Amino acid sequence: MSQTVPIRLYVNGDRHDIEIEPRRTLADALRDDCGLTGTHLGCEHGVCGACTILVDGKPVRACLMFAVQAEGTSIRTVEGLAPDDQQLHPVQRAFWEKHGLQCGFCTPGFLMLVAGQLEEKPDTDEEEMRDVLSSNLCRCTGYQNILKASMAAAEEMSG
Amino acid sequence: MIGARALRLEDPVLLRGAGRYAADTYHAGELHMRVVRSPVAHGRVRSVDVADALRLDGVVAAWSYDDVADLPAIGFRLTPREELLPYRQPVLARRVVRYVGEPVAVVFATSAYLAEDAAERVVVEIDQLPAHVDPDADPVAWVDAEQATWAAGLGTPLPEQDSEATRFVTEYGDVEAAFATGAGRIIELDAVIGRHTGVPMECRGLVARYVEADQELVIDGAAKVPFWNRDAIADLTGLTPSQVVVRETHVGGGFGPRGELYPEDVLVALAAMRLRAPVKWIEDRQEHLLATNHSRGQHHRLRALVEEDGFIRALDASFTLDQGAYVRTHGATVGSLTSSMLPGPYVIPHFRVEAHVRLTHKTPHGTYRSPGRYEGTFARERLVDKIAAELGLGREQVRRRNFIAVEDMPYERPIQAMGTSMVHDSGDYRLLLDKMSERYDFPGIRAEVAARRAAGEAVGFGFGYFVEKSGIGPVEGARISVDTRGRVSVTCGASSVGQGVDTVLAQVAAETLGIPHDEVRVVRGRTDRFGYGRGAFATRLSVMAGSAVANAAAALRDKAVRVAAHELKVSVEELELADGAVRLVSDPGTRLSLAEIARLLEPVRAVEIKEDPGLDADGWFRSDHMTYPYGLHAAVVRLDAGTGQTVVERYLVGYDVGRALNPTLVEGQIAGGVAQGLGGALYEEFRYADDGTPLCTTFMDYLIPTAHEVPPIEILITEDAPSPINPLGVKGAGEGGVTAVAAAIASAVDDALQRPGAITSVPIRPQAVHDLAARVTGSRPPADAATG
Repeated sequence: MSQTVPIRLYVNGDRHDIEIEPRRTLADALRDDCGLTGTHLGCEHGVCGACTILVDGKPVRACLMFAVQAEGTSIRTVEGLAPDDQQLHPVQRAFWEKHGLQCGFCTPGFLMLVAGQLEEKPDTDEEEMRDVLSSNLCRCTGYQNILKASMAAAEEMSG
Repeated sequence: MIGARALRLEDPVLLRGAGRYAADTYHAGELHMRVVRSPVAHGRVRSVDVADALRLDGVVAAWSYDDVADLPAIGFRLTPREELLPYRQPVLARRVVRYVGEPVAVVFATSAYLAEDAAERVVVEIDQLPAHVDPDADPVAWVDAEQATWAAGLGTPLPEQDSEATRFVTEYGDVEAAFATGAGRIIELDAVIGRHTGVPMECRGLVARYVEADQELVIDGAAKVPFWNRDAIADLTGLTPSQVVVRETHVGGGFGPRGELYPEDVLVALAAMRLRAPVKWIEDRQEHLLATNHSRGQHHRLRALVEEDGFIRALDASFTLDQGAYVRTHGATVGSLTSSMLPGPYVIPHFRVEAHVRLTHKTPHGTYRSPGRYEGTFARERLVDKIAAELGLGREQVRRRNFIAVEDMPYERPIQAMGTSMVHDSGDYRLLLDKMSERYDFPGIRAEVAARRAAGEAVGFGFGYFVEKSGIGPVEGARISVDTRGRVSVTCGASSVGQGVDTVLAQVAAETLGIPHDEVRVVRGRTDRFGYGRGAFATRLSVMAGSAVANAAAALRDKAVRVAAHELKVSVEELELADGAVRLVSDPGTRLSLAEIARLLEPVRAVEIKEDPGLDADGWFRSDHMTYPYGLHAAVVRLDAGTGQTVVERYLVGYDVGRALNPTLVEGQIAGGVAQGLGGALYEEFRYADDGTPLCTTFMDYLIPTAHEVPPIEILITEDAPSPINPLGVKGAGEGGVTAVAAAIASAVDDALQRPGAITSVPIRPQAVHDLAARVTGSRPPADAATG
């Protein structure tokens, strides 16, 4: 069971050649083998969404995918969201300004969820955004500031 | 800076995914620990065979009880009543398992996947015994004399113990005599709060390694109480406290359960010592829901003696607390707090409450945000609503009749709370009710709700009033230092569980030093950086650490001014500290920056001016009493008679925190608390089968509210009653968001049903609403039902 296979992942534009067991989840591969610990694991059964990343532009639960399934895809994680060390992505900035995070553990998942949604549909309205946000769990904020932040980001990204 | 809606210092790191949570610490050569847990609620362990696990390549060690038999049971951190000692938990199950999820064995392997494989190969044979799951049933035999003697660790033999671990009475006045007069009406109430808990999004985890070169055991991933855990781990490993370094990394939510010393924490530390390798343990979510402290789970029985105008002359109460299988680090804290906080904002001249802490074959119980107050507030406020209904009085009216008056503040209630004498330090309970009623137009809400009800909708308005407590002492300290480039650091013993404590402490320091808060760096949660810290619990840090930082900042200012006076050859009275510099009051252009003053204090020069080297100062704050914030929650709910769903349309919170250090963060604490309170009121409950099998072990059956279930939360922060017992006037904001949610929602559901007293337990299940709505509306379903 500890047979490993070589795979190649493209994450945030970087190439990672790693050697893993086929049973390894994409989340574990990103964290442990690619060193990208911004993707968090909150439940490992696909409910909480803390591990949400973008695979070919679509939000995906990284705990529900095997790393080997991600070969040939383009992966984005929270580490790839900001354009550089000085600036934040509009969604990140909105979360900061609207107090959309407390402990920050669920935050990368929410950021990727919202970024994915707004890149696909910049004019997402509040009702639809609430629907989208309800796919992830947060235990600190009560969600209202996450919703406000997401709508502020929507305004900026669609304007 | 104090009172400003300052942006959080914590956020840029967290937003970039650069935080370091427990699982984010890696070491070369690390071993991964996996716990083998009991699959049955009660049974005698016949054998634990780890041989097959050890045969796997990469499995380094596997232990059962015999391998840790030299360790004592886990000790109490708070409320350590001696009669609870026989109920303490061993690190691994000792002959008997007492809940599903109890650690029975542990394996260590070179990868987490392999450790799980190995854990599955551990063969545990258990002779199952009947499970005792109902705390309201008569107590049963619980631990035999041998186990009781061992667990207590007193060195003297103890007899067998039954499942009622403790029973204690908290009282003042003369309840018996009051009821014996025969005057007044007696109103009784039963109230049940379901078993639920904090469930932070980050599961627990810990990484420990013994650094031979430094002769230190370094533990990363701690939370809440790193200093207490350091001392406990030093005792258990035979090291001295200064050889154990416990470091908080980022913490993914605390809420009470996280950060206490659990069996797993001891095992990780012990393994790092014994195996001389870094050891990492990361809990998975199923383990978390089985193994981390549950909370709530109380059944209250209230009997009030009431006058015709609604005044509560006497309250005679009792409750049972479902403690689960062991008594953990909190000792009797929850029962004790339930008792002392039960009277809340009301006078109640004669009061008695009897706590029954009872063991059951379930996950052990501990504190969760607003422990004892969520439960007691639900029971008490249900009672007040019932009094209003039975006497034909308004719900607000009865509350006003019973409030402690502002003229009577500070108000001493002659009982103890968390080991301190209970003095409501300040408060104007009527004023907050007035302000809420005016701000949110309670009469208008009532009229609207009544009109909608007349049109056939099942809508209701309800509320709950409460007193919280915060700022438990006895002491907290902080050091502020300025380096030679002028950078200010606050180093302290505070802990962060994600609530934004760094930002608030930076604001307090910045206020005195006259600099922007984001020029202050906060170092905390590390036992190697500061000598003392009581921890992040009981909403104590704004009060205790905030006041310590304020005192340290004042001392630093004094030192800077002294040095500047010497250098500028003027008197200290001629100087002031502003904008990060000491300047002449009469000529602000003549100034020395904090960086320049720090350079004047380099050791050689400092000696010349007879000062201790370095621009730094310590501040301490002591407090023998807690401070008591207070608030009102109100809700508008709509019931769907067809599905039984309770839809929360509006949620209003008024909270007096004395002084809001950062209103945005206060509101954030409250909103988050409300969401958790809604969980306990409507969705979250750990249910068990009759044989003790837990039925809620994933997020598909333990339901946390999502963005759909939490309405916009409207918050009124008031500062009408600053605390007179700390220099900032602050009262804590951490728990008041959650305290009265069950009470307010139940009150609103009653109102929607137009059936006072209908709701006596939470969570309020759709089935219950459906049944009650059918009974109330008879053949005429509310209009909502048609639309589903």
